[in-house]
Amino acid sequence: MELFANQVLAGIATGAIYACMALAVVMIYQAIDHLNFAQGEMAMFSTFVSWQLMQWGVPYWGAFVLTVAFSFAAGIVIERLLFKPLAKAPILTNVAGFIALYAIINSVAGLIWDFTIKQYPTPFGSSPFLGSQLISTHQAGMIGITLLMLALLFFFFRFTRVGLAMRAAASLPESARLVGINTSWMIALGWGMASAIGSIAGMMIAPVVFLEPNMMLGVLIYGFAAAVLGGLTSPFGAVMGGFLVGIFENLVGTYIPGVGNELKLPIALALIIVVLVVKPAGLFGRAIVKRV
Amino acid sequence: MSAVEEIVTEAPAVEAVPKRAMTLGYGTSLVVLAALILIPLFVKNFIIFQMTMLLIYALAVMALNILTGGSGQFSLGQSAFYAVGAYTSAILMEHAGMNYALTLPVAGIVCFGFGFLFGQPALRLSGVYLALATFALATAMPQLLKLGYFEHWTGGVQGLVVTKPDAPFGLPMGQDMWLYYFTLAVGIAIYIASVNLLRSRSGRAFMAIRDNEIAASAMGVDVALYKTLAFGVSAGITGVAGGLGAIAVQFVAPDGYTIQLAISLFLGMVVGGVGWLPGSIVGSAFIIFVPNIAEGISKGLSGAVFGVLLFLVIFLVPHGARQVAIVAQQLAAKLKKN
Repeated sequence: MELFANQVLAGIATGAIYACMALAVVMIYQAIDHLNFAQGEMAMFSTFVSWQLMQWGVPYWGAFVLTVAFSFAAGIVIERLLFKPLAKAPILTNVAGFIALYAIINSVAGLIWDFTIKQYPTPFGSSPFLGSQLISTHQAGMIGITLLMLALLFFFFRFTRVGLAMRAAASLPESARLVGINTSWMIALGWGMASAIGSIAGMMIAPVVFLEPNMMLGVLIYGFAAAVLGGLTSPFGAVMGGFLVGIFENLVGTYIPGVGNELKLPIALALIIVVLVVKPAGLFGRAIVKRV
Repeated sequence: MSAVEEIVTEAPAVEAVPKRAMTLGYGTSLVVLAALILIPLFVKNFIIFQMTMLLIYALAVMALNILTGGSGQFSLGQSAFYAVGAYTSAILMEHAGMNYALTLPVAGIVCFGFGFLFGQPALRLSGVYLALATFALATAMPQLLKLGYFEHWTGGVQGLVVTKPDAPFGLPMGQDMWLYYFTLAVGIAIYIASVNLLRSRSGRAFMAIRDNEIAASAMGVDVALYKTLAFGVSAGITGVAGGLGAIAVQFVAPDGYTIQLAISLFLGMVVGGVGWLPGSIVGSAFIIFVPNIAEGISKGLSGAVFGVLLFLVIFLVPHGARQVAIVAQQLAAKLKKN
């Protein structure tokens, strides 16, 4: 039983990484109805920016705030420059655009900061949390930050005018335009927010996986998985999905013999396919009724 | 928040392409074919090898095109089918000593079955969810190939080395050139078969599903059957391409079939024009040569150059090579008039 509890705890710790990323994935999905394949790279770039700021002597939280602001602005600029012209293009063209963006950011980051692995500081320290060897204070802090972001997002969408306008623009763009909402800017805002959340995720994840241009590849896959598992329409579901994927992955690795590290990923992915087949809207997602 | 989405006003994810617009006319086809037959006679072996790869990827891109352009389903998992095809061929050749040409139909059939089975759960998914499920398949495939259980057959991480076939009947040509013509023959056969498939009853069923699933089922199309069938056919063709690829590269290893390959094939389809089969070869040329060109422009920034070029393509010609072809056709018609 103790082994079980420990593995669950360790799962929650890794799950926090996925939850962070899944939150950013859901955010952009809410705004533009697509999955942004470049999301991970954008987060990676932001993390490098914060690292650079710290190298220049900016204290951690100063760099943190500056980076979030920078990412927010950069997300909006990317949308205005590159994806607004594609708004009317077929979805496949958009996906190709995401892949192009991925290639560009990855390569530019590699050129500026090269591909060597860098240490990234954590504001929470890395001593054991409450005397447990399985979860460090950093991981506890990361879980805290994720939940805080979730709460903020909830309040933003539930209780602010802009949040309401964004929801309207996402669910029924045409009607939203009729009541005077600038839907085009709502999409840009969605990009900015997704980019900002991604940058926070990046800065939280970097101390665990170390900083390098390819750090986000695996994380993004799990982030997608988590978001799909929890339901792409629900930020809460995404966070829960992240924790669930983390726990599941750990338990499978512990209890099913013959499952080494190499099988963890396929099993996590198989889980997603099973969930999608049984419950296509995800565990916490809203089933969308289509009128025909 | 209303949970009802208006689907009627929404544009379909994949544009409706009439079946006549999916292929080239006879004249143009013959010119392209003549070029493909004649060029290898005048170029070096390495370029012949690259052209072989061009044809192989074109086949794989075309397979995806049948799935997406034909039946309107996405897939980011084509690399998995490609890998299964490649491994089937390689294992049959190396462990069972089978003739290379005979392994291809087997690879095709195995992949058809695999794709058909994968199409079953995929039935319940559409759009972005299907893209993700196939994405998951593509990411998992290299891991599965590395598994210890199959190591005796697959060679594990090391992969398998495949012997390149010699030209038969004492034909006076090198291995590369023989393989090129062999690939070309297989490619043409599959191209003709695909064109005919899309023109047949099944092809019309695919397109009806693509354009409006509900209307299609109201007309008596068995939506589930044809959707999985489209997956099967696409996977089968990709499998043959994978088998050819294994023979051409003389090597199969798990890391050759990562998600990168699936993304390349996807890009090839978008660049070539979704739903336009001849575009596959243009798309294939894009994914083979543009990374090299990008590397030539700047070594450190090759990824960025590739991305910028890709953006240029989708900004200037969002419908890919098909759009270029249409514009060219109109220009030609204008010139004739004058």
